[in-house]
Formats: sequence, C-alpha cells, structure tokens
Amino acid sequence: MSSLTVTDEQISAVKPKVIQPVWVRVMHWTNAFAMILMILSGWQIYNASPLFGFSFPRDYTLGGWLGGALLWHFAAMWLLMINGLAYLITGFASGRFRKKLLPITPSGVLHDVRAALTFKLGHDDLSVYNYVQRTLYAGIIVVGVLIVLTGLSMWKPVQLHWLVTLFGDYPTARYVHFFCMAAICAFLVIHVLLALLVPKSLRAMIIGR
Amino acid sequence: MAKRSFLIPGVDKRLLIKDSLKVMPDVTRRRFIAGGASLGALTLLTGCDVVDSSSADTLLAKVSKFNDAVQDFIFNPDALAPTFPESAITKPFPFNAYYDLDDAPDVDGEAWKLEVRGLVDNKKSWTLPELYKLPQFTQITRHICVEGWSAIGSWTGTPLRDFLKLVGADTRAKYVWFQCADKDGYNSPLDMRTALHPQTQMTFKYANEILPRAYGFPMKIRVPTKLGFKNPKYVVSMEVTNDYKGGYWEDQGYNSFSGS
Repeated sequence: MSSLTVTDEQISAVKPKVIQPVWVRVMHWTNAFAMILMILSGWQIYNASPLFGFSFPRDYTLGGWLGGALLWHFAAMWLLMINGLAYLITGFASGRFRKKLLPITPSGVLHDVRAALTFKLGHDDLSVYNYVQRTLYAGIIVVGVLIVLTGLSMWKPVQLHWLVTLFGDYPTARYVHFFCMAAICAFLVIHVLLALLVPKSLRAMIIGR
Repeated sequence: MAKRSFLIPGVDKRLLIKDSLKVMPDVTRRRFIAGGASLGALTLLTGCDVVDSSSADTLLAKVSKFNDAVQDFIFNPDALAPTFPESAITKPFPFNAYYDLDDAPDVDGEAWKLEVRGLVDNKKSWTLPELYKLPQFTQITRHICVEGWSAIGSWTGTPLRDFLKLVGADTRAKYVWFQCADKDGYNSPLDMRTALHPQTQMTFKYANEILPRAYGFPMKIRVPTKLGFKNPKYVVSMEVTNDYKGGYWEDQGYNSFSGS
C-alpha cells in the first residue's frame, strides 16, 4: 500500500475498533481550542513589544489591546495547563505514550522521513504511528512543556526566579517562549495538512474509529 | 452526521463542551459554566463575534479575579526579587511612558513637597532636603514592563516601610495610593503588604545620581516585585487608605495585582 489515497475496500476491511479513546479525543480538542486562544492572544501581547522587526496582523490577534490580550492569555492558560497536565498523567499512567510513541530510532525516523517525502508512507493501520508521527508527537509534547515553563517564568519571574535561572534570564525565557510558539505553529500547519490528506485520521480523532 | 451547525463534521459543539467539562476540576467547571461564555467562546473558532460580547468580558473579568485569589494563595508576597551586579545594568536604561520625554513632568525640586494623607499620624508634607536626610540604600534589580521588555537598573532611596513607620501610618490599612505629576494625572494603588516589602523603595537616585527627569524626578516608587506600571514616577502625594481608588492603567484593564 504505497499510496495515500484510500479505497472503499480498504476502509471496509478495517475492523471498527476504537483508534482514539474518548479521553484522547476530548483532551485533543480541548488542547486545540486552548492553544489557539493562547497563540492569538500571545501575538497581541508580542505586538506590545516585538522581539523582532515584525508585528502580527491585528486581525489575527485576540483581545483588542495588550490589556485585553493578557486577560485572554491568563484565562486560557488554565484550560491549557489543566488539560495538558491531565493528558501527561493519563498518557504516562495508561502506557499510551510508551506504546504509541516508543521506540523512536534514528534509522526508523530516517526511513519514514524518506518515505514521507516521496509520498510512500502508508497509513494502513491508524493505531500504529510511523516514525515521523512518533517524532512529531513526542517532540510537540516536549515543546508544550517548555512553552508552559517559560510562560510561568515570565508570569512570575520573582516568585519562580529559579525557573527563570533554568532558562538563563528573563529575556532568554521570552525568546524560548516565542520559538516554542513558532514550533507549535509549524507543527499545526503540518499536522492539519496531513490530517486533511488522510481524512480517516481526522475522523478517528472525532468519532474514535 | 453532516448537520450544518456542526463545528467540525461529526463533532457536536454541545457534546464537545460536555466532554471538556468532564475533565475540568469542579471549581473551574462551575466558573466556566457560571461565565455563560462556554458555547459563545467556542464559536470563536468559527465566527469570532463573541470577542466583543459582554459574556466573554464578564468571564474574563471573573477569571482575572480568580487568578488574583490563586496568586494570593500560592505565592509568598514577601519573596525577594533577584538582585544583580553593577555589570548587569542595562545601558542606556529606557525611558518609557504614554507620552514623549519632552512631555514628561518638569518638577521644580525647590517648590515640590510630598503630601502625606489618609490614615497616618503625621500629615506633614515633606521637602526634598528633608527626604534626602533619611537613610538610603541601593538596590540593582530588574524592571519588568507589562509589555514584555525588561531592563536592569540601580535605584537608591529609603525603604517605604521605614517611611510609613516614621509618619505613623496605619499599616493595617489596605492600600497606599500614589498620585503623580504626569499629565492626565497618573496614579496607582499599592497593596499594603507590598508597600511593606523590604525592597519597596522611595527612590531618589538612579545610578547614584539624583533621579533624572526621564526616570521620575524628584521621587519614584520602585517596586521590584511588581510590573513597571505599578512603579509610579514624579510622585506628589501618598495616601494610606482602605479604599481601592483605582489607577491610571488599572482602570483601563491591567490587572491591579500585576505582581511578578
């Protein structure tokens, strides 16, 4: 099966087993919602004092001005953090991370990246992640943890000064926070694009099978 | 399965919210529902008009209050801000205000007096030479602006708590409220716990020189545990009070706690 297109026979051949359990689906969409709120309000906050020579277009920001964006950012952070924590705990405790994301071997990643770039990476069994998926999904979890930790450092640099020290200093934490956002946006583009290319994966994330 | 009102094919918004609510802790859930913006907030993904709606504003205001309570509960208000060596000082230290430097208050130091009002035993006004005689200390700390930028500076002056003791302030009062000479009348409230913080300072010098006009001559209140807008410059009066009198930025929507 070296094609990305899926025939009807293939679909009917797949037994209707649950690919994405309900907790994964709920947390996935909760995270997607919280993440979009965080990114859009974050862009407005960035615009108040840009790190680089550009600002985000106002139409793609949330909050209207810095004060409003901060309110959104500090509200959505609860959703992001509580959901993220629940996801990490459940992911580790249920063994899902171990089963789905490990092992990640360099040779496996190389092989699947080459296959993906030549459009030869199959998705016959959605319950097994290929090495590209494993790398991206494990990587984005690490980025997610980093963006929360740098966010906390910037929110409470006096109270959590030890956390700030972990990243060097306050301005560095700000840069790391920004680059994590950029990584998440890049992930989002690839992730959505691939989900649209393999619609049954999107379906699995919605109805489970 | 393909109803038009669905956000994403196959996902019922109501069911999705129901599911999301299940993973929330009880308090969050109640607040989320109480805010009434749960469904409205979700339409953000599709429509966006909810951003201006009052239900979203109400919810955000409630969460902000909730955040204040959480911060109050988990953090130690007496925690010390990190200090830095002189080599770490940011040069030049930025001037920042809602007006240009040319429009900054040009206070006459000879005529200026610090007015002390409210719940204090001694309401006498203080001249600059009188204030300069008080014991002074220097601290090098990071000034962090609500906008995100930061800079390390060296400030010298008298701990506010020593001055409050000197004038016989009722330190059980809730706030010390500062008024400034900025155009449009800058003012800002400081909670008493922060006013009594050992690093909170009535600042008379920057980098060992008399405070220049750009940084708030004749007196600034330096609060290294709070964001920059809670560090008023060009101060003309302080009032010890139990009333929340608002502030220039606080009234426009910046969180009044804004502690780092």
